[in-house]
Amino acid sequence: MTGPLDHAERVVADVLDPELPQLTLADLGIVRRVTIEDDTVVVVVTPTYSGCPAMTEIQVDIQRQLRVAGYPKVAVRLQLDPPWTTDWITDDGRRKLQAAGITPPAESAPRDGPVPLTLGRRPPDVRCPRCRSTDTQELSRFGATACRALYRCRACAETFDYMKAI
Amino acid sequence: MSDPNTHLDTAYEAIIEHNDESRWAFGTGFTDPLAGIDTTVPADIDAAALAGYCRALGDDALILSHRLQEWVYRAPELEEETALANVALDLLGQARMLLARAGRAEGADRDEDALAFRRSAAEFGNVTLAEIPDTDFASCVARLLVFAVWRLALFAQLRGSADPVLAAIAAKAVAELSYHRDYAADWVVRLGDGTVESADRMAAGLVAVAPHVEELFAGTTVERGLADVAVDPSMLRDEVLGTVGDVLLAATLDPLEPSDAGFRGREGRHTEAMAPLLEEMQSVARAHPGAIW
Repeated sequence: MTGPLDHAERVVADVLDPELPQLTLADLGIVRRVTIEDDTVVVVVTPTYSGCPAMTEIQVDIQRQLRVAGYPKVAVRLQLDPPWTTDWITDDGRRKLQAAGITPPAESAPRDGPVPLTLGRRPPDVRCPRCRSTDTQELSRFGATACRALYRCRACAETFDYMKAI
Repeated sequence: MSDPNTHLDTAYEAIIEHNDESRWAFGTGFTDPLAGIDTTVPADIDAAALAGYCRALGDDALILSHRLQEWVYRAPELEEETALANVALDLLGQARMLLARAGRAEGADRDEDALAFRRSAAEFGNVTLAEIPDTDFASCVARLLVFAVWRLALFAQLRGSADPVLAAIAAKAVAELSYHRDYAADWVVRLGDGTVESADRMAAGLVAVAPHVEELFAGTTVERGLADVAVDPSMLRDEVLGTVGDVLLAATLDPLEPSDAGFRGREGRHTEAMAPLLEEMQSVARAHPGAIW
């Protein structure tokens, strides 16, 4: 059974993330729901980082892809709560990140209660996406985009991106 | 549409495949950071007070974001420039949501741009810790450490705010702020426990910050009128100073000696650095009123 709603859901799911175009919105886990209200496709998405410049592009891309697929009326709405976490990236998304040379994020810290400071804290076992060694070193906590940190592998000497766990 | 990449050599080609005007985001109307979110103020909350509180929290982020942006193109290393720009971007995102929330609660049709670019210094409610100029990289990370530790403690509490929009914005910001705090803490330890020169500069940076620390816990009538919505900042003092103290201990630096120079940014009583900061930050918007970007 496929109807217009299933189709619209698939179109939205397949929109690419403009900053990590290896991933679709479904891989990222930011699509909360797709509904059809009267003749309008309503898409609810959760923003990633508060200041992520890709969010505006993502909204435009959803609208554009739906229009191309035959849905002229589209409303994109944001949902802040619960906040997106990198834990929502799917297993498929993690495999695609790995294949693109980006190490997928570790499990994020618990959401509630105080956030303790541990100096020199690093995610455990950040594995090199090329040679799989865990003998890696953080070069910079912040990388090319808000979601990535820069690492170096001591085993194969290559640098790589690590997607931060939030 | 199941795999849009199959006929393309790289994933990047996919995003420029349909390269028509419609793919550019700017000027498309998708500029509201709270699009589609129910921003009705709950009946038992004073909307004007909520607006003032969200404005002040947004101003904290906006003004420090601007100070951090000043490091772009002149940070000591490319990695630190990227880091500071990313922290600035997170704070700008928080500012946009909070100012948009304030604008809706005001009900006076002021959007985030009107609030950011068309107010004078006395109308800004940021704490003065956010506005003081940096003298070197050590002063930058000294301020960022105190600010991030304080804001993290504050926002961790605000996750339980009676205003669901403010609570959601806070919940989102907590993960970002803990990242900012850890970044600043690492640098404070590295410089404090580094060379004689770096330790001297780190200590000087903390001395410059100290007169703006008690103000963080002062609180105003705005918070007192917003029980269950706002957080009384005096309750955060022990936690914040304890965390900063732990970092300074690890950095082999003397404890912070917080003092009160009498500034009250929340009430519009700013330092002399505020007006020149706004002049620069608002110059483009003021030169091109009504411009869309």
